[in-house]
Amino acid sequence: MLLTAACQREKRDLRPAPTRLAVLGTAARESLLQPGGAQAPLEPVNPAEGNAYSISEGQRLFNAYNCSGCHSHGGGGIGPPLIKDVWTYGNDPANLFDTIVKGRPNGMPSWGGRLPEYQIWQIVTYIRSLNKLEPKSATPTRSDSIEQNPHTLTPVPEPKLQ
Amino acid sequence: MNAFPLLLVSQSALEPGGTNASRILTLGEGMVFLLGIIFVAVMIMAVIPLMRRHRGIEQEPLERTHQPSEATERKLAIVVGSAAGATVVILLGLVAVSVVVGKSISTAGMPSHALTIEVTGNQWWWNVRYMNDDASKIIVTANELHIPVGRPVVIRGMSNDVIHSFWIPGLQGKRDLIPSRVNTEWIQADRPGNFRGQCAEFCGLQHAHMAMWVVAEPEDKFDAWFAHQGQDAVPPATEELQRGQQVFLNSACILCHHIQGTEAAGQVAPDLTHFGSRMTIAAGTLQNNKGNLAGWIADPQGIKPGTKMATVPVKSEDMQPLIDYLESLQ
Repeated sequence: MLLTAACQREKRDLRPAPTRLAVLGTAARESLLQPGGAQAPLEPVNPAEGNAYSISEGQRLFNAYNCSGCHSHGGGGIGPPLIKDVWTYGNDPANLFDTIVKGRPNGMPSWGGRLPEYQIWQIVTYIRSLNKLEPKSATPTRSDSIEQNPHTLTPVPEPKLQ
Repeated sequence: MNAFPLLLVSQSALEPGGTNASRILTLGEGMVFLLGIIFVAVMIMAVIPLMRRHRGIEQEPLERTHQPSEATERKLAIVVGSAAGATVVILLGLVAVSVVVGKSISTAGMPSHALTIEVTGNQWWWNVRYMNDDASKIIVTANELHIPVGRPVVIRGMSNDVIHSFWIPGLQGKRDLIPSRVNTEWIQADRPGNFRGQCAEFCGLQHAHMAMWVVAEPEDKFDAWFAHQGQDAVPPATEELQRGQQVFLNSACILCHHIQGTEAAGQVAPDLTHFGSRMTIAAGTLQNNKGNLAGWIADPQGIKPGTKMATVPVKSEDMQPLIDYLESLQ
């Protein structure tokens, strides 16, 4: 059991299945009405859940697609922060997927018809990893970028007040 | 892919096409020559005692062999002393020559008023910008540098992700491209030709498919190329090409790619403004033609596993207009 989990964590799904390639033009369905008999609504499954490669790809895409332009690196700016406890539209993978595909009032654009589905799931997984909603085994413990160690900085003398 | 004539073009430090590569080669040849002589001399001196006749093991040892005469000892001291002295002198001499050559090919020996090109390493392609004080005149291209023959060119090397290394063996030594640093070097081609370059620092899955081309051209040809690259992309001339442009602009392509003169303004993937004029696609992986381009768009992960190029589904009836449009961007 543990072994299978470990494999999932490192698996690199470089060639996503054709169904995952869809670029969702009209996004998710607004109504459950459909031709034919009644069917149970589809339960969307995040294929990238708990996968370290997807989280790192999600981080790359988050910056490449300029999500950081509004949301900063999760702290928020023009757009709301993405590291928080209370989510207006939910933080389940399906909710986040919906938010990205359809957009939300007050500024969040609809990315449906622009992003392939597998990349949206990667971004969803990255956002969840920021909130510790992904397994600890798949979440990086430190940032990729070079950071200055605050302990080595020369303290700047505080200006004296008159 | 077997018919890839570009592969026949030079990527060898033994066939220098530029000032700096010639200096490096001369230094290397000089070292091989000098050290070769020393190697042969040492081997001869090692073999001579072996060739001497020895007394058989069953015989009594010679008397007093462990007590050489004073004259022999003096001779021995002179031989060992002069060999040690020669070693020190030769090593210091080689170090001095390397320092002088290293200095002349480094930016310290760089002529002023050179053309400046900014090369940024990415996983796994090269972003190329011809710098200009006037920002509107900066020219952006990818994976292919054109340089005028006989003029020094400064390369400002940077990286967007991991450490790469910029290496055109026919023109200059290696220069590492390090995130959040700028490393400079200069190149100068002394003859026209195509020089292949290769990332020389392991940078991930597709390190091997991270090549680039330097096209050294006579000044007038370079000026024409330069003037053309500065212009906007050619607008689509026929209905078919217009449809191809619409396919491009209405798909995920524009999130990453930039085509000057259209709405496509992505900044994270190779600039496609003059895509049709380039020799290769996917950083030297494939020759640039319609068949390869269609294969690349349909399944980039099949050609270059791990590439950051997204797999974007294109309807089969849209593929032909799309590749026609991209190849028309001369």
